Order: sequence, then structure tokens, then C-alpha cells
Amino acid sequence: MGLSSYISLKDVVFSRSGRRIFNGVSVDIPRGKITAIMGPSGSGKTTLLRLVGGQLRPDSGSIMVDGHPISELRRKELYKFREKMGMLFQSGALFTDLSVYENVAFPMRVHTKLPEDMIHDIVLMKLEAVGLRGARKLMPSELSGGMGRRVALARSIALDPELIMYDEPFAGQDPIGMGVLVKLIRDLNSSMGLTSVLVSHDVKESLSICHYACIIADGKVIGTGTPAELQDHPSEQVQQFLNGHPDGPVPFHYPSSAAAEDFGLSGGVS
Amino acid sequence: MINRIASFGRSGIDLVISFGQAGRFLAGVLSGVPHPATGFPLLMKQLYSVGVLSLAIIVVSGLFIGMVLGLQGYTILSDFGSEAAIGQMIALTLVRELGPVVTALLFAGRAGSALTAEIGLMKATEQLSSMEMMGVDPLRRVIAPRLWAGFIAMPVLAIIFSMVGIWGGMLVGVEWLGVFEGSYWGNMQASVDFWDDVVNGVIKSVVFGFVCAWIAVYQGYDCVPTSAGISSATTKTVVYSSLAVLGLDFVLTAVMFGNF
Repeated sequence: MGLSSYISLKDVVFSRSGRRIFNGVSVDIPRGKITAIMGPSGSGKTTLLRLVGGQLRPDSGSIMVDGHPISELRRKELYKFREKMGMLFQSGALFTDLSVYENVAFPMRVHTKLPEDMIHDIVLMKLEAVGLRGARKLMPSELSGGMGRRVALARSIALDPELIMYDEPFAGQDPIGMGVLVKLIRDLNSSMGLTSVLVSHDVKESLSICHYACIIADGKVIGTGTPAELQDHPSEQVQQFLNGHPDGPVPFHYPSSAAAEDFGLSGGVS
Repeated sequence: MINRIASFGRSGIDLVISFGQAGRFLAGVLSGVPHPATGFPLLMKQLYSVGVLSLAIIVVSGLFIGMVLGLQGYTILSDFGSEAAIGQMIALTLVRELGPVVTALLFAGRAGSALTAEIGLMKATEQLSSMEMMGVDPLRRVIAPRLWAGFIAMPVLAIIFSMVGIWGGMLVGVEWLGVFEGSYWGNMQASVDFWDDVVNGVIKSVVFGFVCAWIAVYQGYDCVPTSAGISSATTKTVVYSSLAVLGLDFVLTAVMFGNF
């Protein structure tokens, strides 16, 4: 992907609480496309987003975002750089003491000196884009989970970012809510020319909208390519994940001692 | 035996690390100069939350403590025929000790625990992370206004506590038990020194306010973002603040009134 990469991770090693999360991960995320990062629960998908966002720093390796070494930026530079990023958190992360309108207006109020009537128009346009213009007076506690995520999406595109990261956007959604989010992610990417990074373990939905996908397991990338290329990937581990096989390279049984020993039959069984 | 020593050593190292982290956290909060246009409204909101909303408990507690001091003081002093000194006793007790200390203990229980729980919940619901990802530093936007509000509100609350307590003591001593009103106020005026007593009491409450607010916001920011973690952090806020206030009170009293 080379020159067209918006994000480039090279040999990233990251550990937390003595546990190695990434052991030399290298991923290129192309500009202007939707890239899905998939993998089993606990494989470090959200951690990867936090590394890209500069909230965590790798033990070694480099992370370049739009040509900038994100992990080497100074605090002030990092906060400035993040104005070009949007992130949709799994929980929505709306500010509970602000209304829907104020939540979406928040980044503009902090980072711009736009007049109030212009902020008003932009907020309504962003809410219209996610289908919630009519909900602008509601408080976050009055929204359903799906609505909250759509408001959070409107807030994350308030400053027209170049990059948007979605952290498990489909988790806990009913089929309609999931369909709405799939449509929004696809439409926003094409209409705004965003670079989108989608972290999910919902294989069907993710592969239906992404241009590229990358599967992470055991601290490394086990498969990467277009959705079609991944479907034909030779790795057993990739196929087990994509098709949801209960047993395979990732075993059904948690590692344990011999069953005979646990059942107290080690003294010899005829 | 070796394990016990190792465990003791580990606890000591953890303690030093947590002091270091709290110090770095404080430096991060205080390092930025807030923009008046955005910082002032945030500060006012927090002053209302930690200061104005704490008034009820401060006023009621101050009133009852003053009344109890009036009763106890009268009982003890009348044995020596010196019940006229009741005003002096109540005022010095409140202004020098009970005002700053009890206000700080009440502040830690009422406002400190609320600050910790609020910040902890913001962390657990990823509001702090989302702020970071929007390019907004939560230390400046969320933590700093709360720290400054605690720092400013505490001395004011302590002064109100002492004033209400003195008035409560008068209700019991003068209105109920019949001490001469002129003696109550006159002895007080003659014996309470503005610099030695009032200002030293205010200095104590400034120190307690800073320490209580620092502990509260740090515990909230540093908590494990789960319901158990927030619960534990809230408890720690009250316990650590109370111990810090009582310990610091001894040190400050020794420095201010010890005559060394």
C-alpha cells in the first residue's frame, strides 16, 4: 500500500500488566478506504486503536499516522493532531451532563471560534446525517443504545476529520440498529472521503462494508487482504475465525492438566 | 520471614510510586493556564457543585456543634464561676480547630466522594478517553476546575461553619442558659486575635481544601473503571482525606500554636 497508506504500523510490540499484547505487528491502512481490524475477543483490537490514537505508546516499533510518528509527538502536538481524528467508542461515551445538541456542538465550541448560528446549522446537519435531528433536545439517558452510538458518530464527524475509528460499532445492536450503522459507516466514508478503521468481531457486517481487512490473533497479524482474498485464505486460523468453527487452531478446551489427573484417576485405571 | 520482609518492601515501593504518580498528576493539572472565557464558567459550575451544595451540611453541622460547645462549655466553666468566658472558648475552639477540621471531614464525605465517583464514572464510561480523542485534555477540562473549586470552596465553608457555630453557641449560652450577652461577645473580641487565630484557621482550611480536592480528583482519575473500582476509590477518598486532614492538623497546630 506504501505511499497511499494513511496509517502504518511497523513491528509494533506492546505489553500491558506483564502480558504481551502485540508481538511485532505490522499493518498498513490505506487512505480513503474502510479497513476492518478483526480478531477474537481479547486479541488487542481496541488496544490497536488506542495506539493509533496515541493514548498508548508501544514498547517498540513505529506508528505513522498521515506521515507523523504518533507515539513520538509531544503532548500538545498530539492533542492538536487528534483534531483530525474521530473515534466512535463502543459505549458511545456521550457526556451525560450535556444534551444531544451540546454533545455534537462540544468539539466545535472547544476547537473553533465559529459563531453560534453556524454551530447551530452544522450540528443540525450532522444530526440529520445520522437521522437524529429530531432528537437534539434529548439527554443521553433518554436515548437507546443505537441512538446513543449514532449521536456519538455525529459528534465524531463534527470537525470533519480525516480519520475515523470505530470501536466495536455493532456490539449489542439489534438487526435494525446494525443495519443503520452499516449504512452510516459506508455512506460517511464515501461522502466525506474519510479513512475509516473499523474494529469488530462481527465478521459478516464488517466484511460487507470494508475494502480491506486484517485479522489479529496471538499478538500478530494472521491474515490480511480484501474480503474476497480473506475468504480464500489458506490459514486454518483465519478460516476458523471467519467461519466460527468451535474447535481448531484456537482450541475449544482451555489448556489444562491431563483429565485423568484432575479426576483423581492417576493411580492406574484398567 | 523473608516473604514478609519482601512484601513489606513491595508495599513501601508501591506507596512511593503512588505518591510519585499523584505528584505527576498534580503537575499535569496545574501546568496549564486555563483560558478565562472557557475556564471561568467551568470553575463557577464546580464551585456551585462542591461549594454551594455543601452549604446545607456545613450550616447544620456548624449550628449543632456550636450549640453542643455552648452546653458543654457552660457546664464545665460554671463549676469555676467563669461561664462568662464561654464566648471566648467557643470562638477559639471553632476558629482554630473545629472549623477547619470538621469542615474538611464533612467536605471529604460530601463533596470529595462525589468528585471521585463522578470522575470515576466518566472514566468507566469512556468520557475521559473520548475527550482525549477529540483533542481536549481532560486534566485541564475536567480535573482542573474541580481541584480549584475544592481549593477555593473549603476556606469559605470553614468560615461559614465557624460563624454559624459561634451563633449556635450564643443561642444556647446567652438565649437559653442566661450568660450575659456583653460578656459573650466582649470576651470573644478581646481574646481572639485576627492574625494568630483567624488567619491561622483560614490557612489550615486552605491546606485541607487543597489536600482533600487533590485526593478526590486523583482517586477518581486513577480508579479501576469498574463499579467495584469506583466504590473502592470513593472509600479511599474519604479515608485518606480524613487521615490526611487529622495528621496535617497536628503538624499545622504544632507549627502555628506550639510556641517552639
